[in-house]
Amino acid sequence: MCLGVPGKVISIKENLAEVDFGGIRRKVSLLLCPDVSEGDYVLVHVGFAIQRLEKEEALETLRLFKEIDRGYLE
Amino acid sequence: MNKSKRIDEGNIASIILREISGLADGQIRFMEVCGTHTVSIFRSGIRSLLPEGIELISGPGCPVCVTPVGEIDRAIALAQLKDVTLLTFGDLMSVPGTSSSLNQERAMGRDIRVITSPLDSLEIALKEKKRRIVFFAVGFETTSPAIAAAVKEAKRKRIDNLFLLSSQRLIPPAIRALLSPRKVKIDGFILPGHVSVIIGRTPYSFIASEFSLMGVITGFEALDILKGIYMLLCQKKEGRSEIEIQYTRAVKEEGNQLALKAMEEVFEPVGARWRGLGMILESGLTLREEFKEMDASLVFDIPYEDKKDPPGCICGKILQGLKSPPDCPLFDKRCTPENPVGPCMVSSEGSCAAFRKYGAFR
Ligand code: SF4
Repeated sequence: MCLGVPGKVISIKENLAEVDFGGIRRKVSLLLCPDVSEGDYVLVHVGFAIQRLEKEEALETLRLFKEIDRGYLE
Repeated sequence: MNKSKRIDEGNIASIILREISGLADGQIRFMEVCGTHTVSIFRSGIRSLLPEGIELISGPGCPVCVTPVGEIDRAIALAQLKDVTLLTFGDLMSVPGTSSSLNQERAMGRDIRVITSPLDSLEIALKEKKRRIVFFAVGFETTSPAIAAAVKEAKRKRIDNLFLLSSQRLIPPAIRALLSPRKVKIDGFILPGHVSVIIGRTPYSFIASEFSLMGVITGFEALDILKGIYMLLCQKKEGRSEIEIQYTRAVKEEGNQLALKAMEEVFEPVGARWRGLGMILESGLTLREEFKEMDASLVFDIPYEDKKDPPGCICGKILQGLKSPPDCPLFDKRCTPENPVGPCMVSSEGSCAAFRKYGAFR
């Protein structure tokens, strides 16, 4: 039940954002996470953005995995 | 997902698994607290990929599973009132109460509807002014700020026909209850990623400082979970007991302060009953004084009564990590996803449903 789905903010009007989830668009409340801009990635839960995911950070896990990768190869 | 990404992830997974094998030393047992982790672990087959000696057990982290029968019965009793429309999240619909479920009640003509966002409740209340709309809300810290935001909006818009039946629960007090007294051997926790998006790292500190156990706040992709297990094993090897964050792309040290503020403005902690764990102090949320006119448990004269779990169902023990679904004599016999006896088989995030769906019992 604590599923959070990442999506991309397409447009913002007051407290509502239009968010794209891989082709499907939904209106999402920004009441709990107002500091977002168009193009940002947000984590969405029950119709609310609950955190902004910086693209860099979103890629970080993968980068960390690559570090293990490198460590292993060395 | 394109092919190259899949291969990439597959390679990384096998490398982390090799690292994990290198660190594995003797018997070690980690509990994944969150039901979303349980599903992800089963779906990706992680349990069977881990070296022998590393055991994963599921904990009490499914809001639907831990809601006691008495609270389901109370919601059903409310839905039976002629002028009441009961709203709830989907998974709760099939959870058996003492003599029926919300699904069965709906089939008998009660006005019970599934919503996907707390904000839906405002829309319905505004449209259907003659009806009393009761939102039967379950959820952990991930969901509570959204419920709080909806309550605040309802008050701001002076909506007076919307009520909240709060069955919300908090994760850290449940972990504490599991550990004191500790009935089951646990060496560390795979901590819930999305609860932690809201609460951050500090509320788990007691796990390390008071119980000398380790924990890693972990994301939900298979790679996240493998990395989380790797980090736990590193702690073990280095003799550390700390709470670390693996899921850094979403979890900040301090959580989401605005969400926490909304939650604190609207709710205060209260003792709550958990299926399997019983009454836990300050583990639930009730509306604060300023919002009491929306509290369905006060407005409607339907008191809570303790009820027995379904006969034969051992969900309570499974939620504490004491038993595993195949230990239940009803599992996959009288209890199936089509005909569930207990909530652990109803909820898509329940351990029994996950075992059944992904065949881990074979
Ligand atoms: S298999 Fe069914 S009856 Fe047995 S513990 Fe799971 S939910 Fe309860």
